[in-house]
Amino acid sequence: MADKFKATEEQIRYATILDLGMKVGLVALILSFIIYLTGILPAYIPVNDLPKYWKLSVHQYLEATGIPQGWTWLKLLNKGDFLNFLGIAFLAGVTIICYIAVIPIFFRKKDKIYGILAIIEVLVLLLAASGVLKTGGH
Amino acid sequence: MQFKKFTVTLPIFVICLVVLILLSTFEFTFGSTDIVETANHGSSTPWWIWPLVLFVVTFILGIVAVLGGVGGGVLFVPIIGGFFPFNLDFVRGAGLLVALSGALAAGPGLLKRGMADLRLAIPVALIASSSAIIGAMIGLALPKNIVNIALGATILGIVAIMLMAKKSEFPDVPKADALSTALRINGIYYEASTGQEVHWKIHRTPQGLALFILIGIMAGMFGLGAGWANVPVLNLLMGAPLKVSVATSKFLLSITDTSAAWIYINNGAVLPMLVVPSIIGIMVGSIVGVKILAKTKPAAIKYIVIALLLFSGLRALLKGFGIWN
Repeated sequence: MADKFKATEEQIRYATILDLGMKVGLVALILSFIIYLTGILPAYIPVNDLPKYWKLSVHQYLEATGIPQGWTWLKLLNKGDFLNFLGIAFLAGVTIICYIAVIPIFFRKKDKIYGILAIIEVLVLLLAASGVLKTGGH
Repeated sequence: MQFKKFTVTLPIFVICLVVLILLSTFEFTFGSTDIVETANHGSSTPWWIWPLVLFVVTFILGIVAVLGGVGGGVLFVPIIGGFFPFNLDFVRGAGLLVALSGALAAGPGLLKRGMADLRLAIPVALIASSSAIIGAMIGLALPKNIVNIALGATILGIVAIMLMAKKSEFPDVPKADALSTALRINGIYYEASTGQEVHWKIHRTPQGLALFILIGIMAGMFGLGAGWANVPVLNLLMGAPLKVSVATSKFLLSITDTSAAWIYINNGAVLPMLVVPSIIGIMVGSIVGVKILAKTKPAAIKYIVIALLLFSGLRALLKGFGIWN
């Protein structure tokens, strides 16, 4: 009975990658957080100073700490707090990988509309992830 | 059975109430909202108290969310934003990542079982995720009091939806519309409870897609997750069966929240000290919640969720108007 209602090939591929990506991201997040809490790597913002900053708006926080926006956190991976961004970015990126993986299946099945929709979705998510879109201050 | 439900519901309600009252008192006592004073002197509370309390509260929220049939994100943002000293910018960033993690964890199972439907999700997700980018940018650009007022109003709107919206297990769709026919959005799933094949199709696709512009903007603006809006639109308006709507909605969040989360990450509105304890707390709480759910489902839990949302929605609204800071 169950076989009759088996999910489509693209759905299974999407789910398999999502499952793996989610687990890798979560483990990375937990490990990096342990490194952060135990102080194995020094934090960019010492944990004792955090209460000074977490009340500020994001614009005031960036100004007060001198933290740059966008992907510049990659240069700060030797800091315990920024190491956590590896897991966070992975979790936020796994959907893009899933979409890229199913695009060839749509085109092989001659399902051009969904192939194109998936390509556009990848472009939208890459635009969001690119760091090009900045917000004004408040 | 009634006694069993009562023994589950009452402690949860009492714990929620006590925690919220303690938090509001605690924040009032120790959590100055004066930015200049805070930046210069900080707070007398040790830093580790808040992440610890955050973990405990999100653990409880995880249980309540599962039992109440809502996403963790919708409870997270108003409660953590209303009763913790963190700025709403960081709370919304964390809320999005909490909702995203929950959706990523649930997505594979829902897709493999054919409950979440990729063909239904892809067009909807494209619209919702594009709109969520705009919502996130608006949310980060607006003044805090305006965001609080809008958040409070939205939460109260969600309460109204929860109280009034009906659900339809198998909506009547006499004829699929032209757009869903062209996109071949339909399916069959096996309903284990009845042992029947359920053939489904949808209608009113253009109207549904239009509403997802609004849903995406709100999801990005408030970091709430959007299951509370996704399900009624997919189920009541577009006519997808309830189980398909719930599962596809959960999966949709993994795409909608991805785009909004990137805006928050790239604009600096993500603090690992908030994000990680929250994600772990909600996830562990959800696991415990599922175990409780397997034994009993107290009907009153829905009203606990509504009471929590009502309280935190009013809190956000009053904060926004400067009445209760």
